[in-house]
Amino acid sequence: MIDTLAILAIFSGLFFFLSGSIGLLRLPDLFTRLHALAKADNVGLALVALGVIILEPAVINDIKIVIIWLLVMAASAISSHLVARHALRENRKDD
Amino acid sequence: MIELLWSIFDITLVLLLLALAWTTCSTQDVKRAVTLFIAMGLLLAIVWARLKAPDLALAEAVIGAGISGALLLSAIRDYPSTTMVSHRSRLIEGIINSLTLALVILMSWAVWHGLNMSDGVRLSAQVISQLPVSGVSNPVTAVLLNFRAYDTLLELAVVLTAVLTVLTLNEKRTDYQVSSHLLQGMTRWLVPLLVVTSGYLLWVGAHAPGGAFQAGAMLAAAMILLQLAYPSMRQEFNLYLLRILLVIGIFTFVLVGLWMMSLNDDFLAFTPAWAGTLILIIETAATLSIATALTLAYLGGRPMGWEDTNRTNRSIAENGGAE
Repeated sequence: MIDTLAILAIFSGLFFFLSGSIGLLRLPDLFTRLHALAKADNVGLALVALGVIILEPAVINDIKIVIIWLLVMAASAISSHLVARHALRENRKDD
Repeated sequence: MIELLWSIFDITLVLLLLALAWTTCSTQDVKRAVTLFIAMGLLLAIVWARLKAPDLALAEAVIGAGISGALLLSAIRDYPSTTMVSHRSRLIEGIINSLTLALVILMSWAVWHGLNMSDGVRLSAQVISQLPVSGVSNPVTAVLLNFRAYDTLLELAVVLTAVLTVLTLNEKRTDYQVSSHLLQGMTRWLVPLLVVTSGYLLWVGAHAPGGAFQAGAMLAAAMILLQLAYPSMRQEFNLYLLRILLVIGIFTFVLVGLWMMSLNDDFLAFTPAWAGTLILIIETAATLSIATALTLAYLGGRPMGWEDTNRTNRSIAENGGAE
């Protein structure tokens, strides 16, 4: 039961990663691509992390996984912001 | 079933790594090549982790992908995006290609020979048998800081020489424009975290994956992040202190080595009872030096006022004359 829950979480996380990657390849310009990538990756990583936490019995490792998730989320949000801001300042000359 | 899944994962990983390596080398756009190189470094870190070499995985992620990536990105900053990678002649290209091919063949032979050698002395068995007298329980640290400490000392000398060359060649690069408040906000809580993690890696190196190089690179990452978020902060460096930090690693290493020579007749032959403490002292000093060296390398040259610290009077006189 617990294992099924973990596998379900990890695979739905992988689905978000997959859709993020498809978005990165298929969407027309930089801003929509950033949108697809950042959102999908955050949710995807959250679900994968959740699945791994369910499988991992040691609480200290669970805390480490949550910290990794928070760090990646902050880094991805801010790097998306910086890339988008730079693109805006360059007058969108670069898709 | 699980084994099958792992082998599918491993094969995908290796194919991806080869594909990334190929595109990194074959792309004509310098910026693209650097981005792909960073991605390849991260993938390589996962490969090391899969090969059960977490020390190498950490080093590859922090130094190979992180710091080298930052150095390369700052080096190509002024290049236009479409700069051609190579303007080499056919002859030189041919020589480089054949040398690389020879190297690949030689290394393949070495790997094959290493895997199939049945008798002879295996180094890992020796390391494990001598581990109790090394002062640490992590075999990688035991090799790097005790059994082959001389090599590590020379590695530190290589890093120092490289940075001295960088400092000799150039003034520091111009600052980036003042960055966004969001980046500054993140930097404010990320830098303390990086400093703590660096200290943790240094301490944990005695009995688990970690050590001076990883810790130093992480500290340098914190400094680079600070410089990116707060470009004006650079002027507040105490340059005199910076010089001391740059050489303290080698200085401590040599000093401990000579001290041990006076006791045990051999350079860097540690007394087993003190080995753990001595290794920690050397690694702490080395961490500071590596962090300083990598940060200075990232600056790309002498920080403002670098020359003035040891000839203040003359410099002031010159400046006064110029004005």
